[in-house]
Amino acid sequence: MDAIILQILNGLDKGSAYALIALGLTLIFGTLGVVNFAHGALFMIGAFCSVTLSKLLNLSFETVDPTQKDFLGNPLKVKTPYVQEWFGPEVGAAIIDWSVPLAILFAIPIMLAVGYVMERGLIKHFYKRPHADQILVTFGLAIVLQEIVKFYFGANPIQTPAPDALSGVATIGGSFGLNISYPVWRLVYIAFSGLLIFGAFAFLQFTTFGMVVRAGMADRETVQLLGIDIDRRFTIMFGIAAAIAGLAGVMYGPINAPNYHMGMDFLVLSFVVVVVGGMGSLPGAVLAGFLLGILEAFASTTWATTTIPGINQIIIYLVAIIVLLTRPRGLMGKKGVMED
Amino acid sequence: MTKPTLSRRGVLKTGAAAGVGLALPTYLSAASHAGFTNAPQGGTVTLGFNVPQSGPYADEGADELRAYQLAVEHLNGEGDGGMLQTFSSKVLEGNGILGKKVEYVTGDTQTKSDAARASAKSMIEKDGAVMITGGSSSGVAIAVQGLCQEAGVIFMAGLTHSNDTTGKDKKANGFRHFFNGYMSGAALAPVLAAQYGNDRKAYHLTADYTWGWTQQESIAAATEALGWQTVNNVLTPLAQTDFSSYIAPVLNSGADVLVLNHYGGNMVNSLTNAVQFGLREKIIDGKQFEIVVPLFSRLMARGAGENIKGILGSTNWHWSLQDEGTKAFVQSFGTKYGFPPSQAAHTCYVQTLLYADAVARAGSFNPCAVVEALEGFEFDGLGNGPTLYRAEDHQCFKDVLVVRGKENPTSEFDLLEVVEVTPRAQVEYAPDHPMFAGGNLGQCNPGA
Amino acid sequence: MFGLKNTDLRLLLIVFVLTMAAPFILNPFPTESGLAQFNAGYPDLMQKFVIFGIFAIGFNILFGLTGYLSFGHAAFLGVGSYACVWMFKLLGYNVVPGILLSIVVSGLFALLIGVITLRRSGIYFSILTLAFAQMSFALAYSVLSNPKFNLTNGETGLQVYADDPQWFHSDRLPDLPHLFGLSMRATHKMQLGAWEFQFNAGYYMCAVIMLVCFYLAIRIFRSPFGLMLRAVKSNQQRMNYTGLNSRPYTLAAFVISGMYAGLAGGLLSAVDPLAGAERMQWTASGEVVLMTILGGAGTLIGPVLGAGLIKYFENIFSKINESVLHQWFGFLPDGLEDFVITLIYPFVGKGWHLTLGLIFMLVVIFLPGGLIEGGQRIGRALRGKKASDAGKSASTEPAE
Repeated sequence: MDAIILQILNGLDKGSAYALIALGLTLIFGTLGVVNFAHGALFMIGAFCSVTLSKLLNLSFETVDPTQKDFLGNPLKVKTPYVQEWFGPEVGAAIIDWSVPLAILFAIPIMLAVGYVMERGLIKHFYKRPHADQILVTFGLAIVLQEIVKFYFGANPIQTPAPDALSGVATIGGSFGLNISYPVWRLVYIAFSGLLIFGAFAFLQFTTFGMVVRAGMADRETVQLLGIDIDRRFTIMFGIAAAIAGLAGVMYGPINAPNYHMGMDFLVLSFVVVVVGGMGSLPGAVLAGFLLGILEAFASTTWATTTIPGINQIIIYLVAIIVLLTRPRGLMGKKGVMED
Repeated sequence: MTKPTLSRRGVLKTGAAAGVGLALPTYLSAASHAGFTNAPQGGTVTLGFNVPQSGPYADEGADELRAYQLAVEHLNGEGDGGMLQTFSSKVLEGNGILGKKVEYVTGDTQTKSDAARASAKSMIEKDGAVMITGGSSSGVAIAVQGLCQEAGVIFMAGLTHSNDTTGKDKKANGFRHFFNGYMSGAALAPVLAAQYGNDRKAYHLTADYTWGWTQQESIAAATEALGWQTVNNVLTPLAQTDFSSYIAPVLNSGADVLVLNHYGGNMVNSLTNAVQFGLREKIIDGKQFEIVVPLFSRLMARGAGENIKGILGSTNWHWSLQDEGTKAFVQSFGTKYGFPPSQAAHTCYVQTLLYADAVARAGSFNPCAVVEALEGFEFDGLGNGPTLYRAEDHQCFKDVLVVRGKENPTSEFDLLEVVEVTPRAQVEYAPDHPMFAGGNLGQCNPGA
Repeated sequence: MFGLKNTDLRLLLIVFVLTMAAPFILNPFPTESGLAQFNAGYPDLMQKFVIFGIFAIGFNILFGLTGYLSFGHAAFLGVGSYACVWMFKLLGYNVVPGILLSIVVSGLFALLIGVITLRRSGIYFSILTLAFAQMSFALAYSVLSNPKFNLTNGETGLQVYADDPQWFHSDRLPDLPHLFGLSMRATHKMQLGAWEFQFNAGYYMCAVIMLVCFYLAIRIFRSPFGLMLRAVKSNQQRMNYTGLNSRPYTLAAFVISGMYAGLAGGLLSAVDPLAGAERMQWTASGEVVLMTILGGAGTLIGPVLGAGLIKYFENIFSKINESVLHQWFGFLPDGLEDFVITLIYPFVGKGWHLTLGLIFMLVVIFLPGGLIEGGQRIGRALRGKKASDAGKSASTEPAE
């Protein structure tokens, strides 16, 4: 029982990342009709927002300590971060320690801006172009963004640890006779993703802005005929989708150290998730994200891999094939979207 | 590469569009006169440095490239000479190799066998490289080694740790200075037993490809010989980024040691995840739970950050060693680039020197002469103590380092501390050891 | 001639001349000059040009004509490579059985996958093909290389070992892939003044095969079958309503393009007898999509150009390192030299991906029809007149 719940948690965890990226992809696709291959790169940029912030917080001045030697035998230069100098050692250390949660505040405006610039500067010109062109240009953009990050940060992963208070292990389910220990930060991540998804749906469902956007997704022309500037709202939606991907990236950092190609690692799977969920369906994307995450977690257990060798490597694709062959438009897809 | 008559027939047969008749009088293949591929012409000799410049190992590739540039400087008599001062063989005079100035070309392996071979081929076919070296993974090393054997040039492997490189897939034209999975096991096991006791239950997570398998086999055999049990061995996909679903079952398996047979990004993530799940705080049957990473690299340790502290593993070399060779190398590398070299940089630098030295001793660039000079060569002063290039499988035998992640690093480079220098005798094995069986060096191939 | 219209015949002839004279055309710079870095006329790269040209031509038969965007074509390339190396292992190094088997095996594999995936269209089809290819890759990389049943040799790549049977191998024959005794590595080097040109047997074999493939592609494009495929692209529904079942046509196109991919894979093994699993990865499938769109989807020659461009970048730009730059700009004053090099350095050597990404973007933004459109625009500008109809018929709009 414990083991099963553990794997469900693992699946929710993985599923959160898939769901958040897939949600953004579907939002962009549903509003603008654009297939965005650079969405993985947005996830990666989000994670690097937090890397950048922690680098900024760690900006240091050097003092020479003649008692210690560096590897060449010269006097050692000791680095002290400016924040520690300004706010005192303890407050400074605490700020550095909480750099990942701080990075959320830092990342939201950046990601909104990145999304806005991307949409206005590039995507706008591709509304009417074939999907193949959209794929190519966004793929090119993804490579460029990735290489820029690699140029400045290198190819090796860079740790962005969770704050000490949130980096331990929580024991849960004691009152139900279970004994499950699970990393606190992963629980935070699941909760955060849930909030984000809930927030996105609430925004679309209960605000006037969201209502107009939904109306525009259903029938763009009619909404435009009503005199509403739907394009501007769609642009804002693109920014929001970018921010969702970015926040997913920030929060994912402490789980696995960010590196420049983490976006590509998620990109293909996220597309599979979107399609399994059904093109254009927001609940479908979220549902498929969690579903595939959980299935992947269970396929990785020893029991599964000894029954069918290699199942852990192919499960997502296998499920995708089965779903698409039995349900032509994915789990919750709409008719006529991206079928020609 | 083959006999000229054959190639001429080939050209006629396929009907080259123009100029064959015109070409015949000027037909002159320099290679066929010297009797081997890409015999250096004029006052220069070209070496090919084939390292990962894109993809996940790009940082290691960059460090390898720095080491190669340094080696070329030293061979050409620029800089402070580095390990040339401490090398036991004194035939290299700092005037290039056999008086020819060393030049080099670089390429990107992308850590893919295909791309690495394409890059090596372009160095051989276009740039006239007489030796290829580099690489940061075993798949690539084996693929390029095979190519060099076919093409008739020497291959000096970079970072490759799989037993197969000098086992099942060994080639007469290929040489490896780096250590291998078996040596890791042989060096690590006694230290593990001394530190953690003989009665331990190990759980292995293994990257699901050739290198992972050979390393897992080596470590399991070495630890089992000292009384450990192997509870389970779980294979993880290479593309895996999150290891939580593999780590979670470890808790309830009854194991008290987790062995991570991972490298690069895999290692960083699996170690991070294992620490996240609180494995290191667990007490199983009164024993502290331990994590072991058999193949360490400082660059990767940096990626793993805090998580590496206190974790045991093995490496080929570390900059904090105090022998003369290491000091000289760290001095000249550190002065030039501002940080200490990685083990990948070290092995690549040494390989270049060893090649140049072999050519100088043989008095010829002919691959067969170089092979003869390197086989059974005993040397010292290159950072690993007295070392033998064994003739039977072209593997270097030298001391192996057991290291531990440092608890209180004084700088961002000071991440590992040497626990023990395992003497060479302890990591030696017979050439026909079952883990290395099935291969055949074959004959050295000088090419055209 | 050959049952071709004049324009097509002219195109075929141009391609014929270009491929046959490639060793000259691709080596425009003297060997010792600084610009020799940009020479592409060495056997390996020339082979890659024509082999990936075949791959892209085949992909274009499916994508350019029917509009079905397959994201898993690399699987057929990989299967073809493995089939060919297995022939080397079992029969011996003659390339003919290997190449034939690679076409057959990949054709069967394409038939199997096509029957399943073509039940869906649009992006659902793309993801299905992607899923199959990724599964093939994952299995080839690890599961199918376990010691008990080693079909692919995993990470290392399938290769010939000395203890393989090689039933028809004899000592007289080269110990490398050969065509009835003519080694694929046999290269004739010709010195003409400061230039050196290389004529490689493997290249010419691949080039001849590519010409045949190109000719067949023209015939398919111009045939009633090709017309039917275009109908699928423009409006499949209408076609179905008229009582035509389009499935057999798309399936045929899928299998043909799979066989092209398999042939390309077989040739890759024939010129270099090692087949690695990463040939099947999604990045490899993506690469052929990029080649086709970059060159001009739906055009005859575009995909070949796209293939050439990408391979050129991969092999030439990645080799420009700092010391090469210093050689080039050594004539500048020191400060200026360093400045110029800092400007250029991020785009070459290890930064070649960046340049490639930028080129993708620039081409798609400014030349929606790919390189072919660029060529046409230049041609038009030279002739100083508006688009001619001949140009239009060759470039149909790329599909969704």
